[in-house]
Amino acid sequence: MKQLNNIKAVTDALDVAMEKWNEVVVYGEDVGFEGGVFRATEGLQKKYGEERCFDAPISEAIYIGAALGMALNGLKPVVELQFQGLGWASLQNILGHMGRMRNRTRGKYPAPIVIRTPMGGGIRALELHSEAMEVIYAHTPGIKVVCPSTPYDTKGLILAAIESPDPVIVLEPTKLYRAFKQEVPDGFYTVPIGEGFKIFEGNDITVVTYGAQTVDCQKAIEQFEEKHPDLSVELIDLRTIKPWDRQMVFESVKKTGRLLVVHEAVRSFSVAAEIMASVTEECFEYLKAPLARVTGYDIVIPFDSGEGYHQVNPTKIFAKLEEIINFKF
Amino acid sequence: MKYINKFDPQKDQVVRILDVDGKVIDEKLLPKISDKQLIEAYKLMNLSRRQDDFQNKAQRQGRLLSFLSSTGQEACEVAYALAMVKGQDWLAPGYRNNAAWLTAGMPMHNIMMYWMGNEFGGQSPQGVNLLPPNIIIGSQYSQAVGIAFAEKYKKTNGVALTSTGDGGMSEGEVYESMNFAKLHELPVVFICENNKWAISTPYAKSTKSLNVAVKGIAVGIPGIKVDGNDFLASYAVASEAIEFARQGNGPVLIEFDTYRLGAHSSSDNPDIYRPKPEYEEALTKDPLIRMKKYLIDKKLWTEKKQTALDEEQDLFIRQEFDYAEAHKDYPLEDVFNYLYETKTPELEAQYQEAAAFFAANPNAKGGHH
Ligand SMILES: Cc1ncc(C[n+]2csc(CCOP(=O)(O)OP(=O)(O)O)c2C)c(N)n1
Repeated sequence: MKQLNNIKAVTDALDVAMEKWNEVVVYGEDVGFEGGVFRATEGLQKKYGEERCFDAPISEAIYIGAALGMALNGLKPVVELQFQGLGWASLQNILGHMGRMRNRTRGKYPAPIVIRTPMGGGIRALELHSEAMEVIYAHTPGIKVVCPSTPYDTKGLILAAIESPDPVIVLEPTKLYRAFKQEVPDGFYTVPIGEGFKIFEGNDITVVTYGAQTVDCQKAIEQFEEKHPDLSVELIDLRTIKPWDRQMVFESVKKTGRLLVVHEAVRSFSVAAEIMASVTEECFEYLKAPLARVTGYDIVIPFDSGEGYHQVNPTKIFAKLEEIINFKF
Repeated sequence: MKYINKFDPQKDQVVRILDVDGKVIDEKLLPKISDKQLIEAYKLMNLSRRQDDFQNKAQRQGRLLSFLSSTGQEACEVAYALAMVKGQDWLAPGYRNNAAWLTAGMPMHNIMMYWMGNEFGGQSPQGVNLLPPNIIIGSQYSQAVGIAFAEKYKKTNGVALTSTGDGGMSEGEVYESMNFAKLHELPVVFICENNKWAISTPYAKSTKSLNVAVKGIAVGIPGIKVDGNDFLASYAVASEAIEFARQGNGPVLIEFDTYRLGAHSSSDNPDIYRPKPEYEEALTKDPLIRMKKYLIDKKLWTEKKQTALDEEQDLFIRQEFDYAEAHKDYPLEDVFNYLYETKTPELEAQYQEAAAFFAANPNAKGGHH
């Protein structure tokens, strides 16, 4: 066991994977010598050589195309996209090829690629460095999308992603990279893709979230329960966005009768929309209040001066919890 | 033509007029430029350098977010921006083009506001055809191609300039843009400021190409390599390239051979990856020093004038910074107002929701203010 923050948990996961599987290669912009702009791959080139961990020229379209070729030819590429908003060129290959390869070849050529990329804002970054585009990836058939929020989950989900026979996109909340540390087991272990995690048990409202908002939700819920000592809120960290843990969410909503979904991505056509639609389909007769969401607005992610308006925060979540609990038919 | 198609990039020939001591190497290569313009250019180079220094300090005090400095690259940036015809030509810059923006007419306080995280900083004044900093590497090349297409279509005679780094030359979009521009014989000048580093990735890890200028050959456009730390050579070639494109000869690719003297960005530490001897050698080729020596030799400049200029410019920079700081925040409606010409009903509802929320929770904007 050692105490790691999220970024060190990434490094540890990659180290374990490279040790375990000779086929794992790691690349992306500045990933080799420097260890990436966030230092997630620090030390790997030194340990495993330039052939297995290297800097790629700035050509995002090629990374995934090349990874596809590597994957269907027996390697396990782990690609770092430096920032989501700067990786549009890669979508050509992510949407057009990566997600479809297994289907197109009727199983002959699966594409077990792992793409790691930072997600989300609240870090005073430049334009296009704070995007949360999980829906684009999640909307694409053939791709799995995970979003760990703790060091334990980060390591376990990355290892599960590398072990997975299908392409997985790992979204790493930038704001949490160095936010806190946690005990992480040495060596190999996985966190199963598709399983949520209950942070709090509760009876009156179900809150579903992932990524950096797990922290905001905890704060809001603590505040809410202080004000309403007779009420309790169940908090679910999805951990995997696609396929999400429908069972866990449905069971919880059937118990509480109330649902709030929280994420920083823009609202329309969002993960919240998907979960709310599914809960309506599956749990309608259990509901005691309208389903609710706290999300970013449908706006271009503002630069720093305006970002605070857009960011989800505990106050926004708290206000919504009040609204839900006070709802009367 | 004096330079284009005369200097062969396949032989790695470089246009150079001033040596590192600011002495003219070849009188025949000198461009037409007045003494007044030379001084103006030098002042702009000096201004951009001092702005970079000031911003670095402000960034460390937390008064500025990250930004990317032009330190070391001022000669070519001022040169190509000065060679543009204001109000007619266009610049689609990258993010590391401070000296070029200033020269092309972006008010300094706008640039500062941009790096403070205020979108209004990206709005160029009326009559200045200048796009905001481009963060997505490569896409400024295709935008410039579109601008040039429209100029040709409308017969308005403007030329589009666009700049990226040596790392950016690996982007497919860059190649695609050059190919498209040549097919349509568009008036566009493609610029690469080869400062040798793409964050921590050196030129040798980005390409095996002899130089950047030869990358024009595959698409049939002339490429020319210039000493980008030599203002005179940079100005000479940029002016010729702009006129070449304006006359309907199609695009040109210019490689400015230069060096990034600063960090990649204010959150980067080049000491980790950059060999010290390389950096120290680059310091001896500082474009400002060369230009200053040249001007002093020509009796156009003195140390006394330099002291006065530094003081005047530092005062100006502080005033611009104060203005930017005082204007860096904006009200909630501004994040909703510029998405569509008129807000969609959904967006209007979201705005009303947000307005009510922030009225009830004035401190909930949170973050950093
Ligand atoms: C499409 C895209 N991918 C990645 C990045 C992240 N990034 C920012 S600067 C940079 C290096 C660019 O180097 P170069 O083109 O040589 O320009 P320089 O910064 O040296 O002027 C990278 C990889 C980006 N901005 N855009």
